[in-house]
Amino acid sequence: MELVSKNYLLSLLDKGTRLDGRKLDEYREVKVSHDVSENAEGAARVKIGDTEVIAGVKLETGEPYPDSPDEGNIIVSGEFLGLANEDFESGPPSAESIELSRVVDRGIRESKAIDLKKLCIKEGEKVWMILIDIYILNDSGNLQDASAMAALAALANTKIPAYDEETNKVDYKNRKEKLPLLKMPVECSLGKIGKHIIVDPLLEEERLLDARLTVASIGKTICALQKSGKGTLTIEEIEKMLKMGIDKNNENLKVVKK
Amino acid sequence: MGKLLVKNKDLVVPGEVLVEGMDYVPSHGVFRDGEKIVANSVGLVSIDNRLIKLIPLTGFYAPKKNDTVIGKVANINFNGWMVDIGHSNLAMLSLKEATNEYIDKKADLSKYYDFGEIVAAKIISTTKDGTSDLTMKGPGLNKLINGRVIEVAPTKVPRIIGKQGSMINIIKTKTNCKVVVGQNGKVWIQNENPEEERKAIEIIRFIEKESVKEGLTEKVEKLLK
Amino acid sequence: MSYTKRNDGRKFDETREIKAEVGIIKNANGSAKFQIGKTIAVAAVYGPRNLYPKFLQNPEKGMLRCNYNMLSFSVDERIRPGPSRRSKEISLVTERALSPAVDLSTFTNAVVDVFVEIIQADAGTRCAGICAASMALADAGIPMKDLVAAVSVGKVGDKLVVDLNKFEEDYEDGATDVPVAYLPRNGEISLLQMDGEMDVKEIKEALEMGRKACEKIIEVQKKALKEKYKGD
Repeated sequence: MELVSKNYLLSLLDKGTRLDGRKLDEYREVKVSHDVSENAEGAARVKIGDTEVIAGVKLETGEPYPDSPDEGNIIVSGEFLGLANEDFESGPPSAESIELSRVVDRGIRESKAIDLKKLCIKEGEKVWMILIDIYILNDSGNLQDASAMAALAALANTKIPAYDEETNKVDYKNRKEKLPLLKMPVECSLGKIGKHIIVDPLLEEERLLDARLTVASIGKTICALQKSGKGTLTIEEIEKMLKMGIDKNNENLKVVKK
Repeated sequence: MGKLLVKNKDLVVPGEVLVEGMDYVPSHGVFRDGEKIVANSVGLVSIDNRLIKLIPLTGFYAPKKNDTVIGKVANINFNGWMVDIGHSNLAMLSLKEATNEYIDKKADLSKYYDFGEIVAAKIISTTKDGTSDLTMKGPGLNKLINGRVIEVAPTKVPRIIGKQGSMINIIKTKTNCKVVVGQNGKVWIQNENPEEERKAIEIIRFIEKESVKEGLTEKVEKLLK
Repeated sequence: MSYTKRNDGRKFDETREIKAEVGIIKNANGSAKFQIGKTIAVAAVYGPRNLYPKFLQNPEKGMLRCNYNMLSFSVDERIRPGPSRRSKEISLVTERALSPAVDLSTFTNAVVDVFVEIIQADAGTRCAGICAASMALADAGIPMKDLVAAVSVGKVGDKLVVDLNKFEEDYEDGATDVPVAYLPRNGEISLLQMDGEMDVKEIKEALEMGRKACEKIIEVQKKALKEKYKGD
């Protein structure tokens, strides 16, 4: 990571540019691939610039929640591996990594991206649980968006394993049906530094942001929002960020869908 | 007696046996294991008469006296400032060495160097456990305002500086950037125009990549036309 | 039942296909990926860096700290994220496998952290992790006396084999798994574990098979390191 002062970053923004030469509203190149782990029901690797995240989906059977007896469950977890950044330590998940996974979860859940009713095996007794595990491999900023994209791309190539009702066993070697993924709520994170709004923050920028807003959306509909950072946002700034977020999500969807 | 198993400029990795027998003297990057001389890192073999060593291609920075280093002020106490110069090396800048002015014991030290500020300093002494003492008194040693500090491999620093600063001077004149190179693998670059700063960084990355190849100076000059 | 032919057609002293790559995690000081058959391990090194708490600092030698972890989806039945007793033990044996090769005197009072992540598992994960970690340490410029190669040897049914895959580890007629790590230059063993039933003669023979296999693995590791640095 480079050493830069906030003043310097602001001077760059005043000139319409950023550390890596991008414009303020420019997103880094996004690359998606699926060669991660054969043992996952679905998996994907996403790179946004040098940020690299992998996500895997595992399916297990379990009891449904009492208030949704005919629906499957989604559980998202994220781990900031010690591999990814000199500041990440091994140990219990930090509040930031928990927040990251919860925001990815919200995007998927609130947009009803997965048809949970199709994941019911026996109403009131047995349903499929979708366990999405996200791992950060290299942190170069904007882990949130990369994680959401990795989770979605992994879900898109997830196949449900065969379940034997007699023996109560899951046959992981026999994966057939595709997971009923109806929509892909991509996430876009924007930051505010001084009076400037930037898209897809770099690691150096993230450390100096006044505030950050993550926007999950499908088409023109926003399905989740999360503001972070110790500073504040005005309604005008939020409106600007929502519009930019929707735009970027629609663009990035094309890459994630492939 | 004795067998040289490699030739000059061979790329070797840790554990590779370079010499059998007692005819050669091991230097930097190699060690003697009984009758053998073995490489301890990834590097290029360099043989000078009977002296064998490696030109390192990997390696972390080990503080040395008289090195110019770039660091960030990490802590301030009543003795002075602790400066982070990377890789578990915290260096100490005492009140005495901070400036040519007299600093009162009751003075607010952050007014001189504040948390997070970046400085170019010189190592005046080191201890065995890696802590160093710094001075800011001397030409070219001062706070680095604005600009950006990139990380480079410490092993590439000599190439980036060039013989008697020849390489770094080409970069400075052609891009009009202020540049300070720290032996600890940090390079500060500053210019009003961010484009020029990025150009200088591109050149430095090019030098890092092509460092051991021939004709580097010509290639760099060509890139900077 | 005699194990007359390996389930994947390999010779008894043959390892699965090996692929290695150095420098895959940009932020790390050193990193590498090691794949043997379907087992994939990624290792990254950070350090030397500050060691806390302070009482752990040693003015005579640095500390090598290893962390082995399997990703939840690296296996068929999901592993709950977080350390387990097994991963803690493997972290420790990984550190013991690598320490003899590292010159700890070059970073006194500091720590070198090695992170090993298993992305996909088909047995032999701790050995793959050690192979990846060894390359990552060299990539990070930590002075080393030798590289370290590791492989599992053992007995499947009635045959001695090298590099057991999962099918062989779980072989219904019994299998013995012996992970072993070598410093190849002097043939020194830095990791040895065993889990099964073998007699002394068999163990000795298996270790010899392991040594030969590791000599081949080292060549792959050396090539991967040189591949990254030859452009320099």
